[in-house]
Amino acid sequence: MSVLIFIDTTDGHVKKATLEALSYGSKIAAQMGTVAEGVVLGNVQDDLASLGKYGVTKIHQVTADALSQPDAQVYCKVLAEVATAIGATVIVFSNNLNGKAIAPRLSARLKAGLVSGAVALPDTSNGFVVKKNVFSGKAFANISVTTAVKIISLNPNAYQVIAGEGTATVAAFATSVSAGAIKVTSSSKASGDVPLTEAEVVVSAGRGMKGPENWGMVEDLAKVLHAATACSRPVADAHWRPHHEHVGQTGIAIAPNLYIAIGISGAIQHLAGVNRSKVIVVINKDPEAPFFKAADYGIVGDAFDIVPKFTAAVKKIKGIA
Amino acid sequence: MKILVCISKTPDTTAKIAFTDNNTKFDANGVQWIINPYDEWYSLVRAIELKETDPSTVIHLVTVAAADADPIIRKALALGGDEAIRVNADSHDSFYIASQIAEVAKQGGYDLVFTGKETIDYNGSSIGGMVAELLDLPYISLATKFEISANKATVTREIEGGEEVAEANLPLVVSCQKGMAEQRIPNMKGIMGARTKPLKVQEPVAVDPLTAVAGFELPPAKAGVKLVDAENVDELVRLLHEEAKAI
Ligand SMILES: Cc1cc2nc3c(=O)[nH]c(=O)nc-3n(C[C@H](O)[C@H](O)[C@H](O)COP(=O)(O)OP(=O)(O)OC[C@H]3O[C@@H](n4cnc5c(N)ncnc54)[C@H](O)[C@@H]3O)c2cc1C
Repeated sequence: MSVLIFIDTTDGHVKKATLEALSYGSKIAAQMGTVAEGVVLGNVQDDLASLGKYGVTKIHQVTADALSQPDAQVYCKVLAEVATAIGATVIVFSNNLNGKAIAPRLSARLKAGLVSGAVALPDTSNGFVVKKNVFSGKAFANISVTTAVKIISLNPNAYQVIAGEGTATVAAFATSVSAGAIKVTSSSKASGDVPLTEAEVVVSAGRGMKGPENWGMVEDLAKVLHAATACSRPVADAHWRPHHEHVGQTGIAIAPNLYIAIGISGAIQHLAGVNRSKVIVVINKDPEAPFFKAADYGIVGDAFDIVPKFTAAVKKIKGIA
Repeated sequence: MKILVCISKTPDTTAKIAFTDNNTKFDANGVQWIINPYDEWYSLVRAIELKETDPSTVIHLVTVAAADADPIIRKALALGGDEAIRVNADSHDSFYIASQIAEVAKQGGYDLVFTGKETIDYNGSSIGGMVAELLDLPYISLATKFEISANKATVTREIEGGEEVAEANLPLVVSCQKGMAEQRIPNMKGIMGARTKPLKVQEPVAVDPLTAVAGFELPPAKAGVKLVDAENVDELVRLLHEEAKAI
């Protein structure tokens, strides 16, 4: 019996969402009176042993040529081998892109019940029940997992990173898995940008910005806040902003600490994707805009006037010249 | 080429979300049902586009649902597709549904299985991956572009902060999201034609679900907005810094 946590990396670095998953998985292990261990696929630049401070005692590292391609089919086979070898009864993923690709496969392979998009620790007082987002953020469901092995994929920003003391031992895990069928031929990444689902702060703008040429002030505000930028659906549909910035019921669902909505009316489909944000700030010139009902703070006024002042005020408070 | 497109019925995006039976069941009273937008706008329309390019393509739709899903399937058939299969079962968990779809896929010998990125009600994002594992096929998730040439698929998919292009030979399972295609409105000819397209109903295979819904909850209501004067943006930033501790 143990808890196994998938350590997701990007360009050799451990993702922030993984630190959340490690903290969460270690807490579950403590709750169940067992140990938490990690598994990482491929070579990593970060110091793996130091991940012990998030509560894992041991990290299984698998390096094999077959893992050079990001292929969920191959990853799943290897993770199943590790999980079986150590007798894991709970397996934790972050519900990010890799989690979404691998966890369902592993669930079907191990016949292990999956809760995807978990937002809280399991309730083990009577069975094993995990709370997850449903109806695109409009409700929660408590899912009871009845299988011996359980898989949870934790929503980003749903559980805080808890760092303590400790180092983990790192052990190589040998696999004989063969290469998969998928070959990645190219990839492109906007370097330096904060990934939207991991961002603590998100600055989002809608049709109220009138046109793509006015996004400079939105980006300036995002920059001083180290925020990711997002937009409403019509803005992405009109190609003012890239598709991957579209948040809402039919876009990306996010739950940052702070969500700043500029010139967005707050339609129900938009709110569905962002209403799990901890603090919501709305800037809209229409006092009747429905977004104000879902907001914590608001300013009724013209974005073109307020956003630059907002940026200046943040600079002042952060002591940026 | 034979494509299987997974179709799910979901409440309309403006539906009031409420629960009955001591918060264990979704309250369907007065709810309008739609085709899950990801299934409709992206998987189905992209499959139709592939058939427009290569008319020898065959498109089958599959849904796992009771008879009340029939209007939704007819609506999907009005957009396109040659026939539909409904596995006659009340919805259980994702694994149960994926197992039924995998069974249909095995019988039909499809080259390609398309699912939406997720359903807008359960938000599981898991059917595609489970079906792929049950069929022992490669799976490309969260695709934003899909091209096919001979037997090789070239798929653009989302990665954190960007995208990558992956290649794989058919057969293949792909989950589809924004970018794949554009929403279409069914025309009169499609709606008339859909009435006579085959809608086969088959009974489910015996599968034990791995999870069950113990209950639902609604999120706590917001306390109410604190409005700050437009002339006093500094005050907003002070509140965010000192009170909300969000900056
Ligand atoms: C099935 C379905 C799915 C959908 N999914 C999504 C989704 O995932 N995400 C999403 O965002 N939408 C979605 N929508 C669309 C949604 O219903 C709204 O149409 C959309 O969110 C509106 O975008 P907006 O707020 O940017 O634009 P508008 O509704 O046009 O609002 C613009 C706002 O800007 C304000 N404004 C104008 N000028 C200024 C100014 N100078 N300063 C300050 N404020 C100003 C206006 O008062 C107004 O409130 C979906 C719709 C459907 C039917």
